[in-house]
Amino acid sequence: MLIRKHPSAMVFLALLAIFTIAVTLMSEAYGSGLVPTSTVKTLGKTLCLALAAVAMDLVWGYAGILSLGHMAFFALGGYMIGMWLMYARTGEIVAATLANAPIPPTPDELRQGITGQIFGVVGSADLPLTWSFAGSLPAQLVLVLAVPGLLAFLFGWLAFRSRVNGVYLSILTQAMTLALSLWLFQNDNGFRGNNGLSGLQNIPGLTDVPQSVISIWFLWASALLLAGGYLLATWLTAGKFGSVIRAIRDDETRVRFLGYPVEGYKLTVFTISAMICAAAGALYYPQAGIINPAELAPIASVYLAVWVAIGGRGRLYGAVIGAVVVSLLSSWFTGGRAPDLDLGFYRVAWVNWWQVLLGLGFVAVTLFAPRGLSSLVDALAGLRPPRRMGTDLGPDVGALREKEAEA
Amino acid sequence: MRHLLLSLLMLLAAPAFAQDLASVLDANRDQIERPSRQTIAPVIEALAAAGPQAGAVLEAWADRRLGLAGDRFVIVRGDEALDAVTGAPVPGEVRVLRPNSGVRGVIGAALVQFQLNDPEPSRRAAALDAIARRPDATHLAALRAAAADPDPALAARKARLERLLTIRFDPDPRARIAAIEGFSGDTGADLQAVLNPLLATTRIAAPAIPEGANVAAELVPGEDIPEDEAYRLLVDAGLAPARLAPDAQKQALAAHVAEGAVGGVPVSELSDPARRDAAYDALADAGLVPPAATAAEAEAALASHRFADIYAEPDPGITDAARRALKAMALREGVQQAADLTLDALSLASIYFLAAIGLAITFGVMGVINMAHGEFIMMGAYTGYVVQTLIADRTLSLVVALPAAFAVTFLAGVVLYRLVIRHLVKRPLETLLATFGISIALQQIAKNIFGTQARPLTAPAWLEGSVGFGEIVSISTIRVAIFVLALLFLCLFLWIMKRTRLGLEVRAVTQNPGMAASMGINPDRIAMLTFGLGSGIAGIAGVAIGLFAKVTSELGSDYIVQSFMTVVVGGVGNIWGTLAGAALIGFLQKGIEVMNPANTLAAQTWMILLIIIFIQFRPRGIMPTRGRAAEA
Repeated sequence: MLIRKHPSAMVFLALLAIFTIAVTLMSEAYGSGLVPTSTVKTLGKTLCLALAAVAMDLVWGYAGILSLGHMAFFALGGYMIGMWLMYARTGEIVAATLANAPIPPTPDELRQGITGQIFGVVGSADLPLTWSFAGSLPAQLVLVLAVPGLLAFLFGWLAFRSRVNGVYLSILTQAMTLALSLWLFQNDNGFRGNNGLSGLQNIPGLTDVPQSVISIWFLWASALLLAGGYLLATWLTAGKFGSVIRAIRDDETRVRFLGYPVEGYKLTVFTISAMICAAAGALYYPQAGIINPAELAPIASVYLAVWVAIGGRGRLYGAVIGAVVVSLLSSWFTGGRAPDLDLGFYRVAWVNWWQVLLGLGFVAVTLFAPRGLSSLVDALAGLRPPRRMGTDLGPDVGALREKEAEA
Repeated sequence: MRHLLLSLLMLLAAPAFAQDLASVLDANRDQIERPSRQTIAPVIEALAAAGPQAGAVLEAWADRRLGLAGDRFVIVRGDEALDAVTGAPVPGEVRVLRPNSGVRGVIGAALVQFQLNDPEPSRRAAALDAIARRPDATHLAALRAAAADPDPALAARKARLERLLTIRFDPDPRARIAAIEGFSGDTGADLQAVLNPLLATTRIAAPAIPEGANVAAELVPGEDIPEDEAYRLLVDAGLAPARLAPDAQKQALAAHVAEGAVGGVPVSELSDPARRDAAYDALADAGLVPPAATAAEAEAALASHRFADIYAEPDPGITDAARRALKAMALREGVQQAADLTLDALSLASIYFLAAIGLAITFGVMGVINMAHGEFIMMGAYTGYVVQTLIADRTLSLVVALPAAFAVTFLAGVVLYRLVIRHLVKRPLETLLATFGISIALQQIAKNIFGTQARPLTAPAWLEGSVGFGEIVSISTIRVAIFVLALLFLCLFLWIMKRTRLGLEVRAVTQNPGMAASMGINPDRIAMLTFGLGSGIAGIAGVAIGLFAKVTSELGSDYIVQSFMTVVVGGVGNIWGTLAGAALIGFLQKGIEVMNPANTLAAQTWMILLIIIFIQFRPRGIMPTRGRAAEA
């Protein structure tokens, strides 16, 4: 039903499956070894970023809320899973060390040892209260969704209730992520300050499995999660709920006067999107191996918005395309693999000039191709925007303009 | 110089006291040759009473320059030796006396009164300095005995020093209390240094509080001090046996592992603390390890002893007076610190104001947030740096840099408007993101041109240093200058808005662009000019910030979020709102920093949280636009 109504979802899932199988067949672990493990990790991470972009598109492209703090939820998800990974992994190491002692350790001594290992760098000897559940995977998995969800709910409730919208809301979300990152930066708040959590690529219980295999497993998990998230987002936007949030984007006041609880709808979509982001983050950081408060810097969230804008907001595959293309291009250029451009009088080293290219390219996309890269898809499909004789879809600041409205 | 004066003094005074000094020296020859700390005091007193030139003798003696040539005392100065009594050169071999440090201390104390009565003011000041640096009980007598100082400043210092020494060394408690109370209203660091040791306490544990002890506070274990610490006091005082630490228990157990078991308990069960205790008890029963104090014994020991902080100073009257004095001092200091803090907050607020004012103008007129605003600030700072590399004179370069920064960023703002913002009219979110694209490009370009390391933008000499009032309140001159600059811009802005044609047109466009356009105003041109003006002010703010912060490509982004906050909190399109927003944020940040001084990160976190909550109550800022100009 859903698929019949939205053939693009079918195409997307098929492409994702083909991609995953292809990478698996070319991987070091299960195939020809054409794709090195580090590339597999990059691809897996890119899928997670794509899911975050889908979540961003849900709030921005569909509900018109430009959140500049979505990476906070992404990173929080990473922190929550990172706490378990680090605790359990350190627990294994400490247990192995203490097993050589003549007297077996008490549970208390074990906890002391783990705490000392994890928090020695910030000069603390006590396990912070926030780590109470760190020993249990199910509890931390619940927290992965619960903590960012709760934060988004509280923040959204406060903001939407007082009718903060438009640019104000963007600035406030940016302030939220900044406040959170500053809070995490403090050594005494129990998240190891600017050291962050590290060694996350070592999965507890899987010490004997080589990273090449683990990376493929994570690629599969990321692909599955992306497929699930994409379907969820498609389902959300396809039905009546989707119609209402799009209406809110285009003319909030009118929807309110029609009797819809606008705040409730906005809050729901904001919270769901934060939780999708968090889930993506929880898969991203074990592949990245390290997380620190810099991941929550306001700039990261703005990049997320940039991906969605470049890909084409207001359509889910646009967000995925934007995230994949821009983040892969970004790692290609900044990784030093792009050949330098010799202008004769000046040698353009892309490591230094990629940011400039990205910034200006982004401005160009905003100015000349508001539908972003997905306008290519439109061109292929022969879609034409309707002739609205210059009127826009709605007066609200988040409303789609004529140029970017699809058929 | 000193020695010349001394010799002169000696020559002048010689006739009157010479005989006396000589006889004293003769009479105590043995003692002076081989002095001992215990017995030398009377000799030194006699010498000190023997007239002014005895001072020279004492000084030489203390400096190990007094010697014996045959049976005559001589003072060695450079290569020559002078007779201690007559000052005449003495030929021949000199045996220098070497009094030990104890004796030299006693001599030094006696010397003080000579120095205090020295006709040279600088020597008297030096003597006072020496006493203040290392006071002891003998100085008190010397200070009291010294004649009144003719120099009023020195006399005041001497009187103060005498009172301070009275607090410390006077044998009469009433005199000490009177001295403490005499200082009421004083916050000097020297007074604090005298009063604080009076309140020094030692923590004791004893079966009963000692008779006559000056108790600062009695401590109840578990409430005032942790029980562990209280028990440690008991152990240290030898009143209770040490408790068995888990580590020690573990080591003891490990030392007695036999055939996979300890004291009958299998090793594999020892991961349970209760089983460990059982194993240890079994070992203790077998006499293999010393028995450990049990929890009940430890509790009983805590209950049967008393714990207290005892003042080293035995007289409660004095400690009370000192505490009162210190409390009053803390209050006065608090007031001064509050004043200091207000100044700090003001200067922070003026920085935020400068950084945010340009942002507020563009936001007010166009409803557009310029994310590249921080990069305009950075551009201004780099312009200042470049100007400074071209013009060596600091003052002149600053004078050139301010308009140059304005011109550069004004142009940049106009170009940005023409190329980008104009095409995104009525799309504030897209504008926000597009200007963000500009911002990352500009930041990277600055990095490519100037490198990642910080560039110095040095303030001219007259801006260095600080303006101070009293001991605590002080503010650096740069910050005062920034405050003045902010005021200047406030006035300039008000003048432009209220008194010029441009201001009139800007206000018209802000209120109703359509109507303004039909009155013959070109809204596009006005928007461009406002954007340029806002950017230009950002450039000037950049020079100002660069003067006290390091100029890096990230300079702008450090201030941008605070600037956004200022605009959001203040309300749109109203300069007074921006001012109020900057003041609120500046004071808030400083205020939170005071409550949590070590942690500026926490201050920022809390500030942002408070602002988010503030927006709940005033969603449109402190001074929202009202009436027909306000948008729905």
